[in-house]
Amino acid sequence: MSDMKYLERGYIENDELPPLPSEERLTGKRPVAYIECPQPIPCSPCLESCKYDAIKMENINDPPEVIYENCIGCMACIRVCPGLAIFMLHIKDDKGYVTLQYEFIPWLKKGDRVKLLNRKGEEVGEGVVTWALAPERNDRTQLVTVEIPKDLIFEVRAVKRWEQ
Amino acid sequence: MSRLGEHPIVDFDRGREVTIYFNGKPIKAYEGETVAAALYAAGIRVFSRSFRFHRPRGFFCAIGKCSACMMEVDGIPNVRICKVYVRDGMELRTQNSLPNAENDIYSMFDSMIDRFFPHGSHYKKFTKPKFVRELVTAQMRKFTGMGEFPKAELNEKGEYEEIETDIAIVGGGPAGLSAAIYAGRTGAKVILMDENPYLGGQLIKQTHRFFGSGRHMAGTRGIRIGEILQKELYELPNIDIRTETKVFGIYDGVVAAVEKDTKLLKIKPKKIIIATGAYERTLIFENNDLPGVYGAGGVQTLMNVYGIKPGERGLIVGSGNVGLILTYQLMQAGVEVAAIVEAMPRVGGYFVHAAKVRRLGVPIYTKHTIKRAIGKKKVEGAEIARLDENWCVVEGSEKRIDCDFICVAVGLSPAHELLYHAGVEMRFIPELGGFVPTRNRYGETTKPGIYVAGDVAGIEEATAAMMEGRIAGLDAAIKLGYGDEETVRLRDEIVEDLDEFRKGPFGERIVAGLKKIVVEG
Repeated sequence: MSDMKYLERGYIENDELPPLPSEERLTGKRPVAYIECPQPIPCSPCLESCKYDAIKMENINDPPEVIYENCIGCMACIRVCPGLAIFMLHIKDDKGYVTLQYEFIPWLKKGDRVKLLNRKGEEVGEGVVTWALAPERNDRTQLVTVEIPKDLIFEVRAVKRWEQ
Repeated sequence: MSRLGEHPIVDFDRGREVTIYFNGKPIKAYEGETVAAALYAAGIRVFSRSFRFHRPRGFFCAIGKCSACMMEVDGIPNVRICKVYVRDGMELRTQNSLPNAENDIYSMFDSMIDRFFPHGSHYKKFTKPKFVRELVTAQMRKFTGMGEFPKAELNEKGEYEEIETDIAIVGGGPAGLSAAIYAGRTGAKVILMDENPYLGGQLIKQTHRFFGSGRHMAGTRGIRIGEILQKELYELPNIDIRTETKVFGIYDGVVAAVEKDTKLLKIKPKKIIIATGAYERTLIFENNDLPGVYGAGGVQTLMNVYGIKPGERGLIVGSGNVGLILTYQLMQAGVEVAAIVEAMPRVGGYFVHAAKVRRLGVPIYTKHTIKRAIGKKKVEGAEIARLDENWCVVEGSEKRIDCDFICVAVGLSPAHELLYHAGVEMRFIPELGGFVPTRNRYGETTKPGIYVAGDVAGIEEATAAMMEGRIAGLDAAIKLGYGDEETVRLRDEIVEDLDEFRKGPFGERIVAGLKKIVVEG
């Protein structure tokens, strides 16, 4: 655990990010799963939920590794991740989209404006909710897709409701 | 208003509205909630006064372990109000204070008692002549001590029951429930006892999704796991479930318990599984007894079980999984978290738990500690400070944090009293959180037929506790001749799963501890 600098901060820096999906995959038809779970912990629901062999994990304590080419963006893993560590990323028509797990009230709905937060909780911009899964359909973990500037898809990791 | 209405994860199902009386003042409460929760919701923070210095004491653990909440309830002194449920017309009185705990005149002792009556001085001062001694003793008894003699008489009829069974299980948390289900499925006759009116132990306040493998219910919320386990349990007709049943002793293999305060149970089982869980630890700092300094589990109970906000802005001490998860849960309840303080140079819990509160803007101060709580009768702030390489406070690094409560999340200690009583060999294993029993890989201790499972066997977490419970339940049943090769295979498979579960860096400490205490056999 010697070089786990991220444990001193509580967030990962850009140079500690897992490998990035290719530009081609990001701009593909469907979003791609991006998992920020660098530390070996005994957890495997994402692996078990994936029907497309897109997640690699030899041992339950291994951090998951996503085979981006196999991922079809079905969102099975993001539904169950107990660590809220999975983000579905997509670039379409030059706009970025991040789908994340959301567990706060009031729930978000399509069209809501939100503030965008980075891994440190700093505001980095504004976005609009383009899709929101009803919380009761996923044991009250809402999945929310937010439209954001495309160069922020590796930065935005939380959203805050816009308080007027 | 400290009662939560809507909550993202939990629907609070409050019972009928009733009125209870606190030092004569009427207070609204809801059936199904504890007296401590109802008083807290009404804004009452001082529950009692300390024995000697009359310092204010309040809510802390919420599970009947700390005794800071004792009051006189309907004429009976020294009742832990976090374990008593409200009834219409209930009369509560604070003890050993004048006129009451909130405004106690005796609290002046806190600043002067040591000057005039240092410890032991009552053996030397005012001892002669006899009438002075008697007068002073009588006066002292008024303001020290533990309440007054009971004013009410118990009029329930005592009952008695003898039970013969295959397996007696003490504790209905994740480990005990799992043991009961897996033993019960083999056909063994089981009695499951828990001191609370509900089953599930601490699962009832775990609103987050559990880690682990899907085979062991990972990805499912703790509260739901509690519901699933109970459903499985109630499907088994050979399990005798006794709630509100306190096991107070194990005498030569006979389990002694009291059911619903009125019935004595004498249970003669062939095997016993002890799954009594753990206590919360506290931390030493100035004013750590001030109302507003709470155990993390106590806050979870208040917030996730009874839907009561602990305050508006909290400070979390400890960045293990409990502290990190609690931070997130507080934010879900609409409570602000000022900061998380951690003495170690890095976060103690899972990184992902830290990341999810960090990205919502909660600062994490590693290499920091809490120096003192600030406030007179309740927490009004805290002072934190940086630690150097020798764990000493760096002078001048102090910083004030504005908060109205402080959560201490610095780990747990096994609740092992019954194991000592049963005469099991115990050893101090720091990696497992304290004194734990010597046992084999199936959880059987040095007293044949007595098993352990869950946190009482070593502090770990609920997923491991469930696996340990299953292993103990299956092994006890197998040894009694229940089940077949399939049962043996299942037991060994779970043993392997558990080994696999502990193989990562988070299991290293546990494995190191287990190496010292798990024996062949």
